[in-house]
Amino acid sequence: MTDTTEQREARHPSRLLAALRKIGATLGQIAFTMVGLLFVTFVIGRVMPIDPVIAVVGERATQAQYQAAYEAMGLDQPLFVQFIQYIWDVMRGDFGMSLLNARPVAEDIARVFPATLELATLGTIIGVAIGVPLGVLAAVKRGTWIDQTARVVALIGYSMPIFWLGLVGLLIFYGILGWVGGPGRVGIFYVDVVPSVTGMILVDSALDGNWTVFRNALSHIVLPASLLGYYSLAYISRMTRSFMLEQLSSEYIITARVKGLSERAVIWRHAFRNIRVQLITVVALSYAGLLEGSVLTEIIFAWPGIGSYITTALLSADMNAVLGGTVVVGLVFVCLNVFSDLLYKFLDPRAE
Amino acid sequence: MSQFDVTGTRARSGWHDWLMTETPRSRRQARIGSFYQGWLTLRRNPMAMFGLSILVFLVLLAIFAPLLAPKDPYAQDLGARLLPLGSEGYPLGSDSLGRDILSRLIYGARITLYIVALVALIAPIVGLFVGTVAGYAGGWVDTILMRITDIFLAFPRLVLALAFVAALGAGIENAIIAISLTAWPPYARIARAETLTIRKADYIAAVRLQGAGPLRIITKHIWPLCISSLIVRVTLDMAGIILAAAGLGFLGLGAQPPSPEWGAMISEGRRFILDHWWVATMPGLAIFIVSLAFNLLGDGMRDVLDPKDAGK
Repeated sequence: MTDTTEQREARHPSRLLAALRKIGATLGQIAFTMVGLLFVTFVIGRVMPIDPVIAVVGERATQAQYQAAYEAMGLDQPLFVQFIQYIWDVMRGDFGMSLLNARPVAEDIARVFPATLELATLGTIIGVAIGVPLGVLAAVKRGTWIDQTARVVALIGYSMPIFWLGLVGLLIFYGILGWVGGPGRVGIFYVDVVPSVTGMILVDSALDGNWTVFRNALSHIVLPASLLGYYSLAYISRMTRSFMLEQLSSEYIITARVKGLSERAVIWRHAFRNIRVQLITVVALSYAGLLEGSVLTEIIFAWPGIGSYITTALLSADMNAVLGGTVVVGLVFVCLNVFSDLLYKFLDPRAE
Repeated sequence: MSQFDVTGTRARSGWHDWLMTETPRSRRQARIGSFYQGWLTLRRNPMAMFGLSILVFLVLLAIFAPLLAPKDPYAQDLGARLLPLGSEGYPLGSDSLGRDILSRLIYGARITLYIVALVALIAPIVGLFVGTVAGYAGGWVDTILMRITDIFLAFPRLVLALAFVAALGAGIENAIIAISLTAWPPYARIARAETLTIRKADYIAAVRLQGAGPLRIITKHIWPLCISSLIVRVTLDMAGIILAAAGLGFLGLGAQPPSPEWGAMISEGRRFILDHWWVATMPGLAIFIVSLAFNLLGDGMRDVLDPKDAGK
């Protein structure tokens, strides 16, 4: 790993081979991180104060029943073998059975995950649509009231407890003003009206051409998505501002201005063009952050996503569900991180 | 600076001279002096000072809670349930069990500070230890420690904290452990980066030639230099710690009722949000103000202790 580029090139004259090696190394790193991730959840599952066997067979099981279940669950094997078995199960998409509803955890997660995805995606779109222009504006008008306002907006976003903001938003926009739908994904009359194709109700209702459901779903999602959007806006606008400031102070911008280009061309065609790659990285990271931020938001808005799922499972000590949910969120998180990393490396030649 | 004192443009106290001298006579004087100069810089930042004064107020509130709180935070009075703001004897109203919200907020400051202080101690110390050992030892020790750090960084923090609390059981101490376990990796990274730049310095070689072992070098010569960047990071992290703790409390996994923890108070008031909005709103405002204060102070501290990032 400490090889210099020259040494590596000397050994592998072919650039294709070098590229393959790099991809291999990245994949190895991802695999390592994922195994580590599984190790953490495995350990958490083992130190649980809840006896997994009793959770399955019940407290009144006889010693023989207990022993049978104990062996059937592979708990008599050495920890190392159990861990390998666990990795193997997860790779096949088997997270065990939910103790609460006796269904495979993987099925449950596949059912609830699209709801979270829908919420986080819409939140990110809102965050980018407002955050990027705000950040650019703050950088261009540095030191003016616009910059200060953008700073305060971001600062408030960083400091606000998201669940509380959700409650207050619900109180004002649903309780007092009645502008948006209440908790849940759709009104009670519209539940299961459209067939579930993607699991994302906005997409499903649009596919079905059922615009009544679509409008109703939109009125329910707009508030939680805006709140999540505000959080990603806070982060995206700050990062955009600092990237833009870096560009605006470089010499090629002076050249562009001296050439007599309009201010708009200087800002958007020159400076902004150069921060696009960095911005994609930031957006990917904030998207990952929103998947996490949605945990608390989902509780407030009774949103049947993975956050609600993990928390409900947690409160009823359904450990397979908790760990399964944690693993899935962790894997998505890792993938997004790696994706933003790779994107940065491939799109920006300067990163080499 | 000292020539100002000689010309006597302003009358300065002996203390000031002692603090601002360019020729400190002891290491302690030099340290206190540089601390004082940092303070002078920080004092010029009005937002940071605003944040600091809120936090000082919070600390005083927590210390003198028994004297300041008008009522017992646990005393229930079912005859005075859900009183609105400004009610007689209940300036911020009362909750569903007739407890005074103001008194509960004041006592809640103690819990918030307790959590923040402990996490702010545990996480950076773990990170400092891991990071400096990894950076100083290098080789496979470095690789293993940093891989572990990466794994923890790969988890979304709140979800990992949830899983830890699930394993450890709900409660304020376990919430602190869970938050610390998710908070240490960035500190380890910072400490390692600092160590790597210091490790090859001449003075470390000199100390080593004098016969100092790795333990002594790390604890006496590397740790002190890592502290300032860690402090900045801690201050900026505190807001996140408060929000995480409040989030766990809100989910019922942190401090348990009837403890007046702010997140748990929001959770209790949630049921009445549409009719009795203040029950959940007041503790939320408290969380917001305190985490805003930490963010403001953190920004100012970064400008003082880490000037290369200033203005970004």
